[in-house]
Amino acid sequence: MQIGRVIGNVVCTIKSDPLEGKKLLVVQPLDQNGKDHGKALVAIDAVGAGAGETVYWCRGREASMPWYPDQEVPTEASIVGILDEIHLAKG
Amino acid sequence: MLIGKVIGDVVATRKHPSHEGQKILYVQVLNLDGSARGNPILAVDAVDAGVGDQVLVTQEGWSAMTSVGKPFSPIDMAVIGVIDHVELEQSGRDAVPRVHV
Repeated sequence: MQIGRVIGNVVCTIKSDPLEGKKLLVVQPLDQNGKDHGKALVAIDAVGAGAGETVYWCRGREASMPWYPDQEVPTEASIVGILDEIHLAKG
Repeated sequence: MLIGKVIGDVVATRKHPSHEGQKILYVQVLNLDGSARGNPILAVDAVDAGVGDQVLVTQEGWSAMTSVGKPFSPIDMAVIGVIDHVELEQSGRDAVPRVHV
């Protein structure tokens, strides 16, 4: 998984059926200093995250697991947790 | 698998139910010379590793989720070993196969 911040959302009127009712969020990956690192991506929300929150997301086939086996959701990135604290070792 | 160093951990109250009770480690993946390789990642802990440990990380989903007993869950990385040391061969010559034409 990776750490990122939710910076927006994507609205799609026409979309794959399993995406119906799912929140598509724009996530900016962060480094250990909380700074932007790399390019933003779109991830489906599995935990009720919203703009401004620091989250972690899962990528790949595993990203569709929150809805499996009820639905086969076509996604390669899903937000699976909202971070309260990051403990970083010194040095 | 990748070699990494545990640089911290994270706390999340709201998370997928499969992550309840799991320790989630913040891991800096390393090159063989010990330098940082890309942005740190989060991995569930299958071996009770701790901060400062050099660890073995799998980035394959099925391996990661089953290593913590959570098949069919949104887990894409896991710490599956604590590394004692890495031995690299210091060979004077490369074992290049001979090509017969």
